[in-house]
Amino acid sequence: MTRMSIEERLAADKHVVDEGTPHIVVDVAACATCTPQDCACVKACPAGLFKAQGDTVTFDYAGCLECGTCRIVCFKKAIAWNHPEGGFGVEYRYG
Amino acid sequence: MDADFDAIVVGAGPAGSVAAYSLAVAGLNVLMIERGTAPGSKNVTGGRLYAHALERVIPGFAGEAPLERLVTRETITFLTDESAVSVDVASDKLLKTPSYTVLRAEFDAWLAARAEAAGATLVTSIRADEPILEGGKVVGVRCGEDSMGASVVIAADGANSLIAQKAGLRRELDPSEMATGVKCVLELPRGVIEERFNLDEGGGAAHLYVGECTKGMPGGGFLYTNKESLSIGLVVQAAALARSPHRLVDLVEDFRLHPRLGALVKDGRLVEYSAHLIPEAGLAGMASPVADGLLVVGDAAGLVLNTGYTLRGMDFAMASGAAAAEAVIEAAKVGNFSKAGLGSYVDKLNRSFVMRDLRTFKKAPRFLHNKRIYSDYPGLVEDVATHVFAVDGSPRLPLRKVAARAVGAHGGLRQLAKDGWRGMTSL
Repeated sequence: MTRMSIEERLAADKHVVDEGTPHIVVDVAACATCTPQDCACVKACPAGLFKAQGDTVTFDYAGCLECGTCRIVCFKKAIAWNHPEGGFGVEYRYG
Repeated sequence: MDADFDAIVVGAGPAGSVAAYSLAVAGLNVLMIERGTAPGSKNVTGGRLYAHALERVIPGFAGEAPLERLVTRETITFLTDESAVSVDVASDKLLKTPSYTVLRAEFDAWLAARAEAAGATLVTSIRADEPILEGGKVVGVRCGEDSMGASVVIAADGANSLIAQKAGLRRELDPSEMATGVKCVLELPRGVIEERFNLDEGGGAAHLYVGECTKGMPGGGFLYTNKESLSIGLVVQAAALARSPHRLVDLVEDFRLHPRLGALVKDGRLVEYSAHLIPEAGLAGMASPVADGLLVVGDAAGLVLNTGYTLRGMDFAMASGAAAAEAVIEAAKVGNFSKAGLGSYVDKLNRSFVMRDLRTFKKAPRFLHNKRIYSDYPGLVEDVATHVFAVDGSPRLPLRKVAARAVGAHGGLRQLAKDGWRGMTSL
């Protein structure tokens, strides 16, 4: 068996991305005070949507599994978190 | 604000749908609000459902509900880099207290449809944004531009319950009290599953793993057989994960590819990758479940029990949904939906297995934070088990010396005795 990248795994899911309105917003100034390699969000996000790249952490809400882990682990409380608007986001067909 | 409904239930998961079903059966006018396009489309289980709680609400439900497999084998495995040492229980006695593997998209949709058939109204693709308060009492919910009024609101909106938080009943979630669950659904033919897991037709296996799979962090691995798929994944304490050198996305793949699991999951095609938060603090993590015009049920109230060998949420959710409905029915008779009027919810929880079990195992969450369970003891078990089966003609040690050596190498007898005692008094 071969190792699957997180992108390959997320591609198995059905997502209806709300292009206009992110349901998770990162406070960039607060986030910048963290060391990217130590960031809780990078370790804990099960969708790998927070990526340490150089001095910063990048984030994309498309592909979010809506678990809420980032909201509770962030050391800097830099994450404003909500559910996506009704009908948007991940749509589990197995669950 | 006018009450458009007797009750509004936020969230059509097991807790919400059981509450709505019971209220509708009693003739109350109930609205269920679900943010997904269908009930279950936002929900994830490991998953196994212990049948007893729903059996009380809908007797014989197993005959009609979309269940996967009746669990006929229970296995707990201590896992290290190389080894797996298991306790495997196959017994007809397990069938006296049935549990089933389930997938939530189908199951939750069925349960919500039962509530609808009983007379509840279901709306989907609607996010309930916040409770509406008047004079400190919850009188409805706001959904975007729309406001809907009800005599009582039941918050069944899951582990992240923003309704309970915004109503002031739940504090910010603490990562040491929450675990992140992540799951892969792997498609495999029915016959292959039954052959690999040594199952009779329709029978199911429930496997739990402790050790290497969480790199010594509190949590574990699971592997459940569905009809034509496997549910495999990890549950890891969020606080430990946040401070670890590991990424959860890597750990879950390491687990799927662990050499000891290879023969079980081989050729399983990934059809879904999912994640969910689990409130694991037990009694200590419970939200206050009642306020004026508001009841909180299921995960939203923190009603989950992890003992290490069982992880129960859905049966607690359903029992709390049923208890909430009974309390609302009583409150409706006298027209008193204040905190005091709805207070019988707490009494009903206290008398049911929900609070009894949470109280019995109130020390379990703390015990299960002990990292030695995940980092030292699987290795100890491995050392003993692999040594006793190793025969190569060299002089053998008696079992007592093998055990003493293994104990010495993994924390020592004093520590083991202490932890053993704590385990005995917590679990």
